[in-house]
Amino acid sequence: MIELRGLRKSFGPNTVLDGIDLDVARGKSLVVIGGSGTGKSVLLKCILGLVAPDAGTIRLGGQDVTRLPRDAFLSRFGMLFQGGALFDSLPVWQNVAFRHLKARMPRAEARARAIDALARVGLPERTADLYPAELSGGMQKRAALARAIAASPEVVFFDEPTAGLDPIMAGVINRLIREAVTDLGATAVTITHDMTTVHTVADRVALLHGGKLRWMGPTADLDHSGDPFVEQFIHGRPDGPIATLR
Amino acid sequence: MILLSAIGRLGAWTLALLAGIGRFAAFTLETLSHAVRPPFHGREIALALLQMGWLSLPVVGLTALFTGGALALQIYAGGNRFGAEAVVPQIVAIGMVRELGPVLVGLMIAARVTSSVAAEIATMKVTEQIDALVTLSTHPMKYLVLPRVLAGLVSVPVLVGIGDIIGVMGGWLVATERLGFVSTSYLHNTINFLEPLDIISSLAKGAVFGFLAALMGCWFGLNSGRGAMGVGRATKGAVVAASVAILAANLVLTEAFFSA
Repeated sequence: MIELRGLRKSFGPNTVLDGIDLDVARGKSLVVIGGSGTGKSVLLKCILGLVAPDAGTIRLGGQDVTRLPRDAFLSRFGMLFQGGALFDSLPVWQNVAFRHLKARMPRAEARARAIDALARVGLPERTADLYPAELSGGMQKRAALARAIAASPEVVFFDEPTAGLDPIMAGVINRLIREAVTDLGATAVTITHDMTTVHTVADRVALLHGGKLRWMGPTADLDHSGDPFVEQFIHGRPDGPIATLR
Repeated sequence: MILLSAIGRLGAWTLALLAGIGRFAAFTLETLSHAVRPPFHGREIALALLQMGWLSLPVVGLTALFTGGALALQIYAGGNRFGAEAVVPQIVAIGMVRELGPVLVGLMIAARVTSSVAAEIATMKVTEQIDALVTLSTHPMKYLVLPRVLAGLVSVPVLVGIGDIIGVMGGWLVATERLGFVSTSYLHNTINFLEPLDIISSLAKGAVFGFLAALMGCWFGLNSGRGAMGVGRATKGAVVAASVAILAANLVLTEAFFSA
């Protein structure tokens, strides 16, 4: 479904992605792990065209994304941003139904679909008319998740979906992500450094470090990968090949 | 060595300035190009008109009212020195319509609207809302920039027209209540003295100032740095740039309209 070959991206002298080769099969859930600042978010933004890669190719369903019409390409994606990125100026239902409203769907129908999507992530109808600032952090994440999946996209990206949430809310979000992927049959890429998220939502896991994919394999192999980078990361050891600042 | 270093820094600064001007020019052209390319976000345009036009009326009206009144007092006091007190209606009219109306409305819009546009868009950028717009197949230039620039272009001339009238009436109020002018003759002198070009220049200045104020807010917002400091810098830069641009444009337009 998604194929990356030789993807490179630098910001000045700082090489963030250094020749990434990655495949994500249709309907599968890949989780990319790695420390903060290792380029996980940049990887997703390169695929979406929010950041222009310096080199490499990105293919979606076998087609080079640079040759696809931009709107048609983006309409196949949903994305949950780290902070939710709900539009402050719009009530929750208009955030969730943004794509439908843009496609000139009648407002009543768009609102009904938004309320359905909110219900799927466990938010009651009364939240539909609230503004994002009136919701708690966990509710904002759920509303953002509802927006990401509202138009039943083929591919969904989740950027640090549980960052800043308490363990219970993080568990709820993880379960919702897994359900969304399973129910929608969507292809999912999640970036996180939360190991609970990894075990809940991943079919496959990739470790990004130093601009390269150090390891990739099935989730079941993660705990006995034999890779020192993976071992250090998943056990949170301060000593190992991944240098830490103190 | 020190001289070479200073020249090097000056060169780098000049290059950065030229690059910035080039990027801003490209941004302006891209904004204008979206004005003739659908789709258009009618709801966003209507909201921007409400924000920039209707909701700016109180501050514009009060500014014009007080300025017109103060202008009448100043002209009366100054004219008194050489026996020209009677020209208060004419000078208030020409002063408000040609200069003070458009410039003060422009500056109030820079303070009220440019700051809020820059802060809003910068916050959207910092919180990834602009990236979210893109992923929802919505062009930020069409959704955020064009509505605000169009609203500035359309609503500020209207505000200037209203400000001109309120300013003249502020002068009339002070002149008739404090300075002993006769109401009907004051208004008669005001209307007779103004020429169509005075009004046209006033409204044209309003359109240009509104365009600049909105454009600066959008430009600085979209190019803000990270975090609260980035938003603060963007807001401050937008207001300063819009104010200076409005005053500079005022000089150019005054020269264009009245130099002959």
